Amino acid sequence: MTTMTQNRFELFVNDVKKRSFGTRTDAAISTVVLILLAYIIWTVVDWALIRAVWSKENVEACRLEDAGACWSIIDARHRIILFGLYPFEQHWRSTLACLSIIATVIISCIPFMWTTKRLAASWIIGFAAYYLLMEGSLIGLQQVTTDQWGGLSLTLFMFASVVLLGMPMGLALALMRRSEMPVLRIFASILIDTVRSLPLLVTLFTAAVVFPIILPDWLQGDKIWRVIVAFALFFACYQAEVLRGGFQAIPKGQFEAGKALGISYANILFRIILPQVFRYALPSTINMVVITFKETAIVIIIGFFEILASTNAAYGTGEWTSYYKEALLFAAGIYWIFLFSLGRYGEYLKTRMTVASR
Amino acid sequence: MALTTEELRARSKRRKISIQVAIVAIVVTTIIALVWNTTNQLEKQGLTSGFDFLERSIGWGYSFSLIERSIQDTYSKTLLIGFLNTIFVGFIAIILSTIFGFAIGTAKDSNNLTMKSVATIYIQIFRNIPLILQVIFLYAVIINLPSSRQAYSVFDVIFLSNRGLMLPTLNIPLSVVFWLVVLSIGFAIFLIRSKRLSLLPGIGAWIVAVIVACALAVMIFGEPDQAALSIPALKGLRFVGGLNVSIELVTMTIAIVLYGSAYIAEVVRGGLKEVPKGLIEAGQALGLSSRVIWSRIKLPMSLRTIIPPLGNQWIFIMKGTTIGIAIGFSDLFYIVSTSITQSGQTLELIALLAGAFLLVNFSLAQFINWLNSSLKLKAH
Repeated sequence: MTTMTQNRFELFVNDVKKRSFGTRTDAAISTVVLILLAYIIWTVVDWALIRAVWSKENVEACRLEDAGACWSIIDARHRIILFGLYPFEQHWRSTLACLSIIATVIISCIPFMWTTKRLAASWIIGFAAYYLLMEGSLIGLQQVTTDQWGGLSLTLFMFASVVLLGMPMGLALALMRRSEMPVLRIFASILIDTVRSLPLLVTLFTAAVVFPIILPDWLQGDKIWRVIVAFALFFACYQAEVLRGGFQAIPKGQFEAGKALGISYANILFRIILPQVFRYALPSTINMVVITFKETAIVIIIGFFEILASTNAAYGTGEWTSYYKEALLFAAGIYWIFLFSLGRYGEYLKTRMTVASR
Repeated sequence: MALTTEELRARSKRRKISIQVAIVAIVVTTIIALVWNTTNQLEKQGLTSGFDFLERSIGWGYSFSLIERSIQDTYSKTLLIGFLNTIFVGFIAIILSTIFGFAIGTAKDSNNLTMKSVATIYIQIFRNIPLILQVIFLYAVIINLPSSRQAYSVFDVIFLSNRGLMLPTLNIPLSVVFWLVVLSIGFAIFLIRSKRLSLLPGIGAWIVAVIVACALAVMIFGEPDQAALSIPALKGLRFVGGLNVSIELVTMTIAIVLYGSAYIAEVVRGGLKEVPKGLIEAGQALGLSSRVIWSRIKLPMSLRTIIPPLGNQWIFIMKGTTIGIAIGFSDLFYIVSTSITQSGQTLELIALLAGAFLLVNFSLAQFINWLNSSLKLKAH
């Protein structure tokens, strides 16, 4: 056993040697780059780990000349970053609600779940669990209105509702765009192309400030819902193009065969075509989900108290102002873990599918 | 009663037409209802619609402008300044992220494991953090830099402090700089169209031409008693000479370039990977060096696959400039949103904003199509 691992290790070292130091130029470049990299990594590790102060009890140590990162701010203020202005003694609800969304995302990554019904069911259940826990009044807990939601939980809420609303909208738009009826086709094309060439921020801003003017009062709803609907429209327009790519991969003959057998349009679509479309479009769909999660950060500009805004608030008070780096890095770390793992998963699926189709 | 094929066809046709008529009717009614509701609402709030406000003066200040401005300017001039700022930062970011993206993408594609890993780390860090978070972080870091007196310097020529970046400049008027930029872009387009030079010699010729043009401009338009270069120097508490780039612009450029180049690197890597292995092996068999293989075989061959997704990234970067509002950079979005608070002309301003972005992104898409068709291999 030990000899085998040793062997493997030797092989690995030899591979690194050959591929980094094979020729003289390669060796020179590698040495310079490695020295630079080592310097950067050392600086970061020294600041973030070795000289760092960890607990909120010894904040005083942060003010010393040679103190590194002051993670005390995270120790002391992480609840604000994660949950915003949500009532303090109800934070367990926020925690559970966030976990239910994260669990939903993880569950939908399992191939067993990849049928329309199962996916739809898990997202609706996960979202409902989130909403019931956060809002509270429907299951006999203390009511907490949406304006008190904040931090990571608000980010996850926007993300989940955008994906949940946007997916059927995107499917509808994709079907309209390839419909035989010119009116539907033109309508969908104009909508998709316009939304796709506008910055997301402009779309969201329009929803926040223009809808109150052009819509009658009874149709306006909360600002958060207006922004979510606009965000879902953005998601849908991109997703429609992703699905269109999937549709193009499917031979026309399948549709015609279904028709010749007298199967209804809905059955052809949902039983024959769509399962294949979704399979083809899966990597790009995951990419869209990643982009959506990343873009939720910009709702801070429209005035929502999502994780970035709550992070700003966490270091905004007098005592903590000089530790902005630590707080922002904490928020960046949360985004990074989520986006990196989803992205890697998408890559893995892509290679798996290209291997399978060879 | 069995229906004939003709009758079935006619029935399906009738159904399709009635569905479409119904949809048109619904859309038209909705639009009429919205317009009616909007006019009512505006009347209730005592707002007048129309574009007359464009001639009023603004009465508020903002952070950045390429041309002379004051708070007495009209709304139309201020909006134009915002538009110029968006285009300006967008183009700088596009050019720089394309250059860095190609460098990092090539590193990621290289055989050298060290280069490859460093490129991967770079891409994974900057791609997986929202752009706005990077902008806010960088802005917080730059605003907390030491003041001018303890500025970081590179060879005492470039300085970075909490007052911004000081760069050396040519001693020529700003209008000449503008025409130099226009000329160099024109020359680049000419080089691409004429196809006389291949890619790398073409870029080389372009750089030489730009340097010669700058030298000529200094000789003709420069003040005779001054040095050719104006180098920033610390006098008392502030810098004299050179060009001061504001911290907002520095932050926006660096953050967008870091983020955009990570995306473009992936695009470039994907394109380089698509080049058939046989071509590279043929080059190796002919004894070409790896540099020549890269510049004569890999890059030209992969450009066809790179350009379309690269164009998408350019549009993406252009759209990304809107987050400048988070740090108070006065791009078009910032100007429009401030104008809305100040003047209340929401609908008109949003329409202008959307129109401007549609125009820019459409022109960019046209340019990419043109680039794609002029770089296409004729044999295929």
